[in-house]
Amino acid sequence: MLDILVTLLLILGLVFFLGGSIGILRYPDFYSRLHPAGKLDSLGLLLTMSAMALYTVGQWNLGAVLAAVKIMLIVVFVFITSPTATHAIVDAGVRAGMRPWTRSKEGSEHDLAA
Amino acid sequence: MNDSSQMETTCASSPPGSVKEPVKSRRFGLAFWLTFAISMATWMVLSGLFDVFHLTLGVIGCAIVADLNARAMWPDVKLGHTLRQWRRFVAYVPWLLWQVWLANLHLLRLTFHPRMMQLINPRIVSFKSRIHNQMGMFILANSITLTPGTVTVFASVMGRFTVHAIDDASARALPGEMEDRVAKIFED
Repeated sequence: MLDILVTLLLILGLVFFLGGSIGILRYPDFYSRLHPAGKLDSLGLLLTMSAMALYTVGQWNLGAVLAAVKIMLIVVFVFITSPTATHAIVDAGVRAGMRPWTRSKEGSEHDLAA
Repeated sequence: MNDSSQMETTCASSPPGSVKEPVKSRRFGLAFWLTFAISMATWMVLSGLFDVFHLTLGVIGCAIVADLNARAMWPDVKLGHTLRQWRRFVAYVPWLLWQVWLANLHLLRLTFHPRMMQLINPRIVSFKSRIHNQMGMFILANSITLTPGTVTVFASVMGRFTVHAIDDASARALPGEMEDRVAKIFED
């Protein structure tokens, strides 16, 4: 029963990782590529790491519980650092003067430096 | 402003005869014990060893770390106030996770959609936030990046947020409910 749940979570997480990789290839420009890179990865990580923690906890002793807590700590730290890293990359793009891709090709309605 | 005044009180506490030392910058005050408790809990989880030797090492190490960092981490800590903020933040996390889930489904659908280029409409939007608390702005900026088709490009100290949105629906949702919820964590 636990194995089925763990497998489902793993597969779901891998689907999100796959979506993240395909998104990086498909989206039109630097800024929009960061959406799949920053978001789909963090949820994929949450799902796969939850699966690992559940699988570890299944043995039910102190060592296993501690290992599961460590695995969930990875998720906590990535949820703090991943958006921060994305923000730093976007900021680097703005400083380098990249214009975001838009449908109208007229540039964005607001100035980036605002 | 707050930082510089804190710096003065910290410096003023070093000469031995200073009488007007405020309570909040006491060396082994609340800030010290909070930092000590958190780092000790982390030590025990990460080491997984509960014998006397390793616990003693942990106590020594955590005491040094807490003494060096406590007053920088919590410039002005008041027990009831801080606990209330933590409780509200913990209540905010499940809602955030639900939003992350919705955002990811939306983005996953866009990514695999055959006519993706017609569906997306990337643009830069900016708005003025009423949150001026630094921690609140950090949480809001990271929450925006984690959720519905939006990535924070720039957050100024004055509370001006510049956000890259992937499509119309994401741009319309800003700043919206998320700002209200983050503001609620830090209101007194």
